[in-house]
Amino acid sequence: MSDETGTFGGYGGRHVPDALKAPLEQLTEAFEEIALSDEFQTEFRDRLAEYAGRPTPLYHAKRLSVEYGADIYLKREDLLHGGAHKLNNTLGQGLLAKKAGKDRLIAETGAGQHGTATAMVGAMLDLDTEIYMGEKDVKRQRMNVFRMRLMGAEVNEVTRGGEGLADAVDAALEDFAKNVEDTHYLVGSVVGPDPFPRMVRAFQSVIGDEAREQIRDRIGELPDAAVACVGGGSNAIGLFDAFREDDVAFYGAEGGGEGADSDRHAAPLADGEDGVLHGMKTRVIDDDTDVHSVSAGLDYPGVGPEHAMFQAVGRCDYRGITDEEALDAFKELSMLEGIIPALETSHGLALAKQIADDHDTILVNLSGRGDKDMETAAEQFDLT
Amino acid sequence: MSNDAIDAVFEAGDPAFIPYLVAGDPDYESSLAYVEALDRGGADIIELGLPFSEPIAEGSTIQDAIVRSLEAGMTPERFFDFVGDLDVEAPLVCMTYYNLVYQYGQQRGPRDFVERAASAGISGLVIPDLPAEEADPLRAACDEHDLDLVFIVAPTTEGERLTRMMDRVSGYVYVQARLGTTGARDDVSDQTDESLARLADWDVPKAVGFGIKTGEHAERIVSAGADGIIVGSALVDIVAAGAANDEPIEAVADRLESKARELTDGAVRGLTSAPDADT
Repeated sequence: MSDETGTFGGYGGRHVPDALKAPLEQLTEAFEEIALSDEFQTEFRDRLAEYAGRPTPLYHAKRLSVEYGADIYLKREDLLHGGAHKLNNTLGQGLLAKKAGKDRLIAETGAGQHGTATAMVGAMLDLDTEIYMGEKDVKRQRMNVFRMRLMGAEVNEVTRGGEGLADAVDAALEDFAKNVEDTHYLVGSVVGPDPFPRMVRAFQSVIGDEAREQIRDRIGELPDAAVACVGGGSNAIGLFDAFREDDVAFYGAEGGGEGADSDRHAAPLADGEDGVLHGMKTRVIDDDTDVHSVSAGLDYPGVGPEHAMFQAVGRCDYRGITDEEALDAFKELSMLEGIIPALETSHGLALAKQIADDHDTILVNLSGRGDKDMETAAEQFDLT
Repeated sequence: MSNDAIDAVFEAGDPAFIPYLVAGDPDYESSLAYVEALDRGGADIIELGLPFSEPIAEGSTIQDAIVRSLEAGMTPERFFDFVGDLDVEAPLVCMTYYNLVYQYGQQRGPRDFVERAASAGISGLVIPDLPAEEADPLRAACDEHDLDLVFIVAPTTEGERLTRMMDRVSGYVYVQARLGTTGARDDVSDQTDESLARLADWDVPKAVGFGIKTGEHAERIVSAGADGIIVGSALVDIVAAGAANDEPIEAVADRLESKARELTDGAVRGLTSAPDADT
């Protein structure tokens, strides 16, 4: 397998030091030979059903639909075990690591959702698990830190750099480079060097596969638009993949922070440039921009390379959603439907509201629940 | 095509001592003094790190140095000023990540960066995360400006990847002595012998790095057949300690210079017991 593979219209690739090439080649081989086999897929689907709780429901949010002015269908990934779509991927990669003979998992985490989902799988599959998390995120996502520790994972606080997700990735890569023999680096999104973007997509695409069938059963046709938030972009790719050849408009909501035209945001597609980051060529935010989003899970300076391609070819419309717009959507869904979304997810909801005049039926990936964000919400909305 | 200054170092016959520091660590002025101290201490070539915020090949020692330098305001443009301000004999090799090379200047791609590096006085480049598909444009730009392009060969580099590097390398090859990220270790890996044996038919000098921190390590590596030794983390540790304890620049510079002498002397000792010492 040459390292020219795994590119998306020139984005992606394997921009890593040569010492990491061999382990990535082994992983690619394991992915193609084991994970794509019928036997593996059967076990994966079984575990998704009985451990993770799939299929997740599709919910027609009637009150929200009236408020937004379009029919809004929510793919309820917030109801997946752990409270977010992350488990689809960690279960897939965890099973693959086990079958490939690894006995240790490491992962980076921003909001703590991916770290938590990795800790779950580490416990279930009896694999040693270490999580890297920026100190800034450890402070704002304490409950997830407690959850990870309770399930037996070691949580390492990363104090260098901006103490956020990107720094956690650097620390995890350092660990991986040292321990490639026995360790699987369980990357949490469709980012990083090949094969991670296409491997994570393969495990997350169950979201769109189910949603496509569910909405056809419900309304007899496909939605006019599909919307998801985009940090690294795994829940978005997971939703979009099944619809890529269909006449369904794609929208991606990035962390717009204080506005995509400000210098504090996390929206490399809405306002960024081509660059090379964490082993992939992709869109990255400008040097003079501080990476910032109210949601830890979107607080990342790059994006999955397939999204960079989608933007380049005009397949998906990416917009920066500001912190304020996301918080409004967070509150709106809570009040109207009794569903508290994750702050990340709220960016997607805010974008759905923006496009409601242009589309009659909108499918939104409700990628996670908002329990982890209650401290922020309590401050913002004066709940104490 | 290759760089004359770097060729001259290896043609001189002594093993090359190639120290590495992050430019601007912990600040611009101190760093100038530190790099100049290494030059006085016997550096034959100096690898200067141009810091990038997301380094993916470095251990925590160098990651921390990168953070110190960035926080003190280092940028590619400042880096080129820094190179201009240095008063050193040794040719300079810039070690950085592809993003900075790719994004520099008006056009995307390596050309603007290479042109600017050459005009600033850089003799060669090491880009750890350079992927195969970007190597040819970079090689072409380096040829145009007489810059060497150094590749890092890992213990696991083989087959097509090894051949691709062999066809494109110039100046010297950076032989990674063991797996893992950069960082000083107390042991010197046996993988060195094997790595050198694999590269026996390459027609560029072999400089070995990763984990060398003492004169004895240097001696051992050279006696195993290396044409040069690359030392980073052991020197960055001295800079880090100086920064942490707020020591005067001169005191830290003196320690760097004497460490450089220890390593240079060790490397020269190694030459007498090298396999081809009698030829």
